Amino acid sequence: MEYISIIILAIFVNNVVLAQFLGICPFLGVSNKISTSVGMGGAVVFVMALANLVTYLVYNYILVPLSVEFMQTITFILVIAALVQIVEIILKKLSPPLYQALGIYLPLITTNCAVLGIAILAIKKDLDLVMSVVYASSTAVGFTLALIVMAGIREQLELTGVPKGMKGFPIALVTAGLLSLAFMGFAGII
Amino acid sequence: MTNIQQFTKGLIKENPALVLLLGMCPTLAVTSSAINGLAMGLATTFVLTFSNIVIASIKNFIPDKVRIAGFILVIATFVTIVDLVMKAWAPPAIYNALGVFIPLIVVNCIILGRAEAFASKNSVFHSLLDGLGMGVGFTLALFVMGSIREVLGNGSILDIKFVSQEAKTILMFVMPPGAFITLGFLIASVNKLKKA
Repeated sequence: MEYISIIILAIFVNNVVLAQFLGICPFLGVSNKISTSVGMGGAVVFVMALANLVTYLVYNYILVPLSVEFMQTITFILVIAALVQIVEIILKKLSPPLYQALGIYLPLITTNCAVLGIAILAIKKDLDLVMSVVYASSTAVGFTLALIVMAGIREQLELTGVPKGMKGFPIALVTAGLLSLAFMGFAGII
Repeated sequence: MTNIQQFTKGLIKENPALVLLLGMCPTLAVTSSAINGLAMGLATTFVLTFSNIVIASIKNFIPDKVRIAGFILVIATFVTIVDLVMKAWAPPAIYNALGVFIPLIVVNCIILGRAEAFASKNSVFHSLLDGLGMGVGFTLALFVMGSIREVLGNGSILDIKFVSQEAKTILMFVMPPGAFITLGFLIASVNKLKKA
């Protein structure tokens, strides 16, 4: 039951993009086409779950025993950057088709603040290892959901007459605002 | 470019948040009130200025291949300093409102962007001016954004209420949807102003 509520909260109620404003850059950057947003979403789910697993272990078994918790920011960003590199190398060797599909999105993820943000939030919330990974993967699913919905809307938006001044970025932001308004409707379900 | 121009270009012409469209996450997330926007802007300015100074001074010692990792390490150091200082001395309400977005200054693209595009190629003094200008420009954008949202959503400015307690305000503007919509219209207005 606890897991179900974490999953629903992370995907719908506290949607990482539309309610917590994490990962806005990839959200606006790669949401032009549905196919690219599916690829990006897949890569984010994979990396975020892995990042939370590793940062949990690093925090609890290295930083806490040495009582250098204030090094959290530096350590986490290095761990995540290294992790993305390693995942890229391993994928290239083991599964070329998967690498083809996710490859170009992987380097972009290092700059995705959602990965670092969720790792820090999981530590702040005092989640245990399994819970932390579940939290990260469902958050990433929420990210993917928002990305795909947004891409669907933007594909339609291309064909409509948008006022000249609002073209491009401004209309995308207003669209995101309306989406966020719609997601606020989920607030009561848990 | 003169020294003055190095500083002023970040204010409006190359404003990081409204023209270069960098650092969107904090711009949207912490601007529910003018004071929060201001605090976030100042914290970012500090990190931006000092990381620019340090990176400009050590640029000749960092091997080209690992420069990005080196930059991130320098930035993360200053972010940790800001985090600890704010935890100790900033009012708890502001520290809690900014929350996870203080450590996330590390991944703010403005800072790494300026390190890579400016500080790694220019003198220490020019990098200082650039960092300061970009930081003040970012602070300005956050402050304007926070003021608009606070006025519309809460009927107050800098926590001073100018409508009666019972008056109904447009609550949506202090909530997440208001952030997206305000920024959308703000960027559209800046685009219009730039063309005129």
